[in-house]
Amino acid sequence: MSARIVHIATNTFREAVRDRVLYNLIAFALLLSGASILVGQISIDIERLVVINLGLTAVSLFGIVIAIFIGIGLVSKEIEKRTLYTVLSRPVRRWEFIVGKYFGLAGTLVVNTFFMAIGVFGALLYVSHKFVASDASVFVALYFIILEFLVICSLSLLFSSYSSPLLSAVFTFSLFVIGSFAGDLRGFAGMAQGITHWLALGTSYLVPNLSAFNVITSVAHGQSVPAQLILQNTLYAFFYSAMALSGAVLIFERRNLK
Amino acid sequence: MPGGTSLNTRQRTTLVAAACLVFSLAASVAALRRVDRIRPGAPLEDALYVTSPNIVKRASLGYNGLMACIYWTRAVQYFGERHFAGMGSYNDLAPLLEIATHLDPQLAVVYHFGASFLAPKPPGGAGEPVRAIQLMEYGIQNNPNDWHLYYDLGFVYYTELKNYPKASEAFARGAAIPGAHLSLRILAARMAEHGGDIETARILWTETLESNNDGQIKANAAEHLRGLKVDEDVIHLQDAIAKFEQQTGRLPITMFELVSAEGIAGIPEDPDGSAYLLTLDGHIQLQHPDDFPFATRGFPPGYKAPIRPTFHVKF
Repeated sequence: MSARIVHIATNTFREAVRDRVLYNLIAFALLLSGASILVGQISIDIERLVVINLGLTAVSLFGIVIAIFIGIGLVSKEIEKRTLYTVLSRPVRRWEFIVGKYFGLAGTLVVNTFFMAIGVFGALLYVSHKFVASDASVFVALYFIILEFLVICSLSLLFSSYSSPLLSAVFTFSLFVIGSFAGDLRGFAGMAQGITHWLALGTSYLVPNLSAFNVITSVAHGQSVPAQLILQNTLYAFFYSAMALSGAVLIFERRNLK
Repeated sequence: MPGGTSLNTRQRTTLVAAACLVFSLAASVAALRRVDRIRPGAPLEDALYVTSPNIVKRASLGYNGLMACIYWTRAVQYFGERHFAGMGSYNDLAPLLEIATHLDPQLAVVYHFGASFLAPKPPGGAGEPVRAIQLMEYGIQNNPNDWHLYYDLGFVYYTELKNYPKASEAFARGAAIPGAHLSLRILAARMAEHGGDIETARILWTETLESNNDGQIKANAAEHLRGLKVDEDVIHLQDAIAKFEQQTGRLPITMFELVSAEGIAGIPEDPDGSAYLLTLDGHIQLQHPDDFPFATRGFPPGYKAPIRPTFHVKF
């Protein structure tokens, strides 16, 4: 990775921290500690399940919200503040700017997830008083959540490269929702005939299949995740993000910034 | 700032705003409390807006596990509120349990406790043993290697439907699972031969008492065991009275007379240590029948059990 990309990524991370993005950790800590204490009193026999389910769901949703709302402003904010012209007047290529922004946002989310993971394991220890071997699967679920963030980040950056922040947010959030139903879309394609079949099938592969990254429920039941799934999901996230980033670079390279 | 003691404009604004915030918060709480008094005891309405498990599953955007936990907690709260309010209807209980299990079919706790909420007759439960059985069968379909589910299924067949062949079949299915508790094999056999007798019931409730960690379920099992003890004592004493009558041609006048004639060791007492009463017409009665909500014998004529049974054993 070139030094220029690293600089842009570092600055994006710093900017996110300055924007108090990591303050969400306070809300997360309150939510998780509150739930850990409360659930034992209002429900029966699901303390562990709630901590894992709620913890991982919150990690995922908080991260997706950050990915969308920071991601959509990554390019437009630089144009609005006119800082983009300063950056691009230096020996920085447009694609390096996009890739640097992507890694900066991804880095922010990884750091955020790291602290949240500490919170999840802390809450787990509080309710269970000990760790068991199957808790290792929680790491896999967290890894999959990070893969999900990488995909969402690339999409928000893709939309941010040509659209207004509001529309980018709408597009990215819509894709997040549709991506949760990608499996249904494929099922629909299986039932349809002719051109509808091909259209539905094509769409189901074009939208991100986010349900592939969701192993929260099975991990909460202590089930292990197959190594093949980890490998294939990693490849899927890598190639899908690369596709969306390439799209963002293609658009941004041709965008008239005057 | 002369003398450095008076506040500047910014500090004054901060103080006033902070005072306003605290005052407004206190006032809004007071107002809301008055509203609550004007509209006392908002009724516990049935409010299950979405009854389709599929719609809830879609709306959860893949976060099914958390949603299942939320629905299970709603079911517990719903049942608890109605149970303690002495309300006899539990219309939303079965849908809540079905949604929870549809969202997460491996959430074993829902099958286990759900059956004990759904199956018993009101006020102890919803009085829906058939739906409890459907819930258990769905659980077995999704968790075929969990022997506890077969135990719970057999339990519902036995306690609520008195269907001993079906109970025996459920226990036998559970006993065939590797690692199943040995009592399932015994229960399957006993259920087939002596479904209705006290000893079978005792084995079942003892197993429930010993294999559960939840205080409420343990207390319930312990109360049933106390009830069984009373039933057993009353049957023995009634037999002794019948024997006495056969030998003497009259009923015993006092418990002491019965005990002496039949060679019973001491004045018989219920599990709480109170002596059983002998009525003039030769019946055995409990001194405090309300203390044995699950006993089926030893009650005075026309006795009506309290709507909400009180458990005397705490865990």
